[in-house]
Amino acid sequence: MQIAVSVNGTEYSRVIEPRLLLIHFIRDDLGLTGSHWGCDTSNCGACVVWLDDLPVKSCTVLAAMADGRRVLTVEGLERRGELDPVQQGFAHCHGLQCGFCTPGMMLTARWLLDRNPDPSEQEIREAISGQICRCTGYENIVRSVRWAAEHESAAADRDHHGLGDGSEGDDLA
Amino acid sequence: MSPVSDHLPNGPYGPVPRKEDARFVRGRGTFVDDIKLPGMLHGAVLRSPLAHARIVSIDTAAAEAHPSVEAVITGDMLAGRNLAWMPTLSADVQAVLATDKVRFQGQEVAFVVARDRYSARDAIELITVEYEPLPPVIDARTALDPDAAVIRDDLPGKADNRIFDWAAGDREATDAVFAAADVVVDCDMLYPRVHPAPLETCGVVADMDHVSGRLTVWATTQAPHAHRTLYALITGLPEHKIRVVSPDVGGGFGNKVPIYPGYLCAIVGSILTGRPVKWVEDRSENLMSTSFARDYHMHGEIAATRDGKILGLRAKVLADHGAFNGAAQPTKFPAGFFHIFTGSYDLQAAYCEVTGVYTNKAPGGVAYSCSFRITEAVYLVERMVDLLARELGMDAAGLRMQNLLRPEQFPYTCPTGWVYDSGDYPRALRAAMDLAGYEDLRREQTARRERGEYMGIGVSFFTEGVGAGPRKQMDILGLGMADGADLRIYPTGKAVLSVSCQTQGQGHETTFAQIVAAELGLSPDDVEVVHGDTDRTPFGLGTYGSRSTAVSGAAAVVAARKARERARIVAAAMMEVSADDLEWTEGAWRVRGDPEQAASIAAIAMAAHSGLDLPDGVEGHLDTETVYNPPNLTFPFGAYICVTDVDPGTGQVAVRRFIAVDDCGVRINPMIVEGQVHGGLADGIGMALMQAIAFDADGNCLGGSFMDYLLPSAVECPSWELGATVTPSPHHPIGAKGIGESATVGSPAAVVNSVIDALAPLGVRHADMPLTPAAVWSAIQGRPLRSDLAITD
Ligand code: FES
Ligand code: FES
Repeated sequence: MQIAVSVNGTEYSRVIEPRLLLIHFIRDDLGLTGSHWGCDTSNCGACVVWLDDLPVKSCTVLAAMADGRRVLTVEGLERRGELDPVQQGFAHCHGLQCGFCTPGMMLTARWLLDRNPDPSEQEIREAISGQICRCTGYENIVRSVRWAAEHESAAADRDHHGLGDGSEGDDLA
Repeated sequence: MSPVSDHLPNGPYGPVPRKEDARFVRGRGTFVDDIKLPGMLHGAVLRSPLAHARIVSIDTAAAEAHPSVEAVITGDMLAGRNLAWMPTLSADVQAVLATDKVRFQGQEVAFVVARDRYSARDAIELITVEYEPLPPVIDARTALDPDAAVIRDDLPGKADNRIFDWAAGDREATDAVFAAADVVVDCDMLYPRVHPAPLETCGVVADMDHVSGRLTVWATTQAPHAHRTLYALITGLPEHKIRVVSPDVGGGFGNKVPIYPGYLCAIVGSILTGRPVKWVEDRSENLMSTSFARDYHMHGEIAATRDGKILGLRAKVLADHGAFNGAAQPTKFPAGFFHIFTGSYDLQAAYCEVTGVYTNKAPGGVAYSCSFRITEAVYLVERMVDLLARELGMDAAGLRMQNLLRPEQFPYTCPTGWVYDSGDYPRALRAAMDLAGYEDLRREQTARRERGEYMGIGVSFFTEGVGAGPRKQMDILGLGMADGADLRIYPTGKAVLSVSCQTQGQGHETTFAQIVAAELGLSPDDVEVVHGDTDRTPFGLGTYGSRSTAVSGAAAVVAARKARERARIVAAAMMEVSADDLEWTEGAWRVRGDPEQAASIAAIAMAAHSGLDLPDGVEGHLDTETVYNPPNLTFPFGAYICVTDVDPGTGQVAVRRFIAVDDCGVRINPMIVEGQVHGGLADGIGMALMQAIAFDADGNCLGGSFMDYLLPSAVECPSWELGATVTPSPHHPIGAKGIGESATVGSPAAVVNSVIDALAPLGVRHADMPLTPAAVWSAIQGRPLRSDLAITD
C-alpha cells in the first residue's frame, strides 16, 4: 500500500507492507535511525516519537496508521541549527549515558514542557514512567528536564515545531 | 538534588561535559542496527520451545522455498564445517545450532537468511522441527539427584549435572573459630537469576569479502579484541583478516561480553551468501537466551562473640549455570571472585564451597555489573551481618562500625587471600550516616512503629575488587588481562589516544581525553579517543568488571608519561639546556629556576617532527605505545543506607530515600562517576524489588519479556543522595579505582536489609529477592516464596 507521511516537516511517500511498524518505517525505510527499538511489548519507550501532537510508542503503531499525519522524531528537535532546550539539558546535566533511551525520553520531555512549562520532579517522573533507561537511574534525566524548563527562553514564541498549528512545518525541512 | 561534583575540587579533572553527547542528543549515534550495507541480508533464529528434548528431525524445505530466503542454516550444516559447537568463556562448549538435543527453552535451532527482516521472521515459521521431549532439570537443588536427567550427554563420560566443586579459605581454622564462638547465626538465601537487559539488545552485521578474504563484524560487544580472537579460533579464518567493530553500544552491563550463536550464524550466513548479514535479536531472545546473572543458592553462617566481634564466616553455595557453562570469567576462578565474601570486616577465618550445576536454562553466569560475582558475595555477608545484629540486639550500623577494617590495616590481606589496596571504611560509613541523619531516622522509626507503621532502615557496606587483572592470575580463555594504549601526538600538538576498551555509555571518549590532557598540559578538546575498532586500536580485553579506568586508564597514563619524557629530551634540544635542568610544571617543560623558559607539548610536538638536531638514539616524534599489566586489582568501597516504607496489607515496598557514599579513589570526571552510581542504584532497586527470571516445572521461562521481567522506571526510584570520600589507590598511576559496578554490587543488600528491618516487628527474619508485593506478603504470612520457581498453590 501507499502512504504519505510528514516526518520532521518533510513529506515522504512510500509503498509499504500493510503490517510494517512505524518504527521500522522510520528507521529502515526513511533512514532516520535516531529512534530506537528496545522491546517487543510496548514497555521500553526507546521508540517514542510524536504522531501529530502526541508521543506514541512507534513499535505499537502501524506505519499505515501514520498515513496523512505528522511525525516528529529526535532528528526534528533541533531547529535552525539550534538544539532544543531539552537536548541542551540532557547534555548539560549528564542525562544520558549510552544514549539509547535518550531520543524517546527527550520527545516525551518536550511534550511535557509544552503542556507544563514548570513541572515538578514528580510530574517529570510520571511523564517518563512508561519508558525505561537502564543507565542513568533517572536522576539526571529529571535534572535535564528541569534544566530545560528553567532555560526555555522565549517559550511563547516557539512554533511548536510547526506541528501544533496544522501547517506542514516547512520551516524545518 | 545537589550533585557531589559541585563540592569537589576541580584540579586537572572535573565534571567536563561529555564529547559523546553531541551525537546522541541529535539522534546521530551509530548503533549496530543503524548500519545498512549495500546488499545486506537479514537473519532470524528459530528457537526451541522446549527446555529439554531430543531433535528427531528438522524440515527446512518450505523455508528454503520462500521467495525472499537466501539461505537456511541448521546444526547439521554447521557440523559439516566443524562449527556446530563453540567454546564458551568457561572452558565448556555451547551449541551454536542444536544437533542432538535442545537444552533450554529459547536455544538456537536454525537460522534463516532473507532479503528483509520480516521475511526472515516469516521463514522461520516455515521450519518444522520434530522433538522428543525429555524430563527437564529446572530446580537447581535437585540437579545432582541420582535420578536427574543428564543434560550434557554430549560431553564424553558425563553421567551427572555437576560442573565443578570449588572451595576457598581455611576450612579447619574456620571450623575452630565457629566451635569457639558465643553466637552462630545462619540463613539460606537465594540471589535469583536476573538478566542485565541493556536497552539495546545484542546484534551483529557480518560482512565476508571473498575477494580480500576479510571478515568485518560490527557487533554489540564490550570486548572487540577478545571477539576477534574467538572468531579466528572458531572459524579458522586468519586473525589478521578479521576486523571487529563495536560502534555505539546501547548499554552492556556484562551482557555483551560473550559471543552468542546468532553472531556465528550471521558470519556463516555471510560466508555462504557472499553478502553482509545483519542479525539483531528481539527482546524475548535477549532475555531468554543471552547471558543471565546470579542464580546462587547460598547458605551463610556467621560467628561472633556476644559483644559483637565478628569472628568467622562460612558459605556453601549451589550455583546454577544453566545448560552450558558460559560464565565470562577468569579461568582460575570458576565462582568468579565470590571468595572475597568476607567483605569489609576484620575477621579471623572464612571458608566457602561452591558447586556449579547444569540445569535446563539459558547459559551464562557472571554478567550484570557484578564484578565477577562480588555482588553475590557482598549480598551474603551484608545479610549475615544484619542477621547477626538482629540476634545480638545491636544496631546494624553500629555493629558494622565495630567490625570494619581500620585504615591502618591497609594494605590488608583478607582470609581468602585478596590484598585490599587502600581504604578508610569508618569514614565512609560515618559520612553516609551523617548524610542520612541516621540517628534521627532510627528515632522516627521508633515513633512510627508505635503507630503501627512499617518503616525500614537498611545499611550495607561493600568492598569490591575491580580492574582485572594481573595477567598471571586473570584471563579470558587464556588471554591475559593486560591492556594496550597507543598515543599519537601530531605536529600541531593535538593527540589521538587508541585504547582497547569500549564504551557502552561510560563516557570513555571524555574521561580518557581528560586523563591524557592532564598528563600533557592539553585541553580534553585536543585529545581524540579511538576505541571499539580492532583495526584501529591495540590489543586488550575490553570493558567489564569495572576495568576500563583501572587498566586501560592506567595504560593511557603510562603512554602519556612516556610521551612526556620523550618531549623532555626534545625540549632540552629546543632550549639548548640539559634535560636534567627541566621540570614539568603547569603543563610545560620549564627550565628549573627560570620558569619563563618553557615549552608546551604543542611547541615540542612541532619541533619533534622538524629537522631539529636531537641527541643520538632519539628518532623524533612523540608517539608512544604501552601495555599495562596491573599489579593488583583496585578495591573501591562504599556505605549505603536505604529507607523504605512497607505496607503490610499489600506487601508493597516504597523506597523513600537512598544514600550512597562511594570511594573509588581519585575521580577523573565526577559527573560521570555519579552517573555510574545512579544507574547502579536503580539496578539495585530493580533486583531487590522487581527483577527475577523464574521457570515453571516444564522449564518455560517466566521472565521472557518486559511485561514479565519488570525493570524499575523513574517512579520506583527515589532521588539518589550521593556522597564521596577519596582514598587513592596506591598502585594505580593516578590513584583511580573502578566505579562502574559498585552501586549494583552494594545496593541490593541495603534495600533488602531495609525491608526486613521494616518487617522485624512482624517476626520476618529473611525473604528472598525480589521483594515483590507477593513475596513480602507471603513472608509476613510465614510462607516465604521460592523466587526461582513458578508460584504454585
Ligand atoms: S520498542 Fe517500543 S516500547 Fe519498546
Ligand atoms: S542512557 Fe542508556 S538506556 Fe538510557
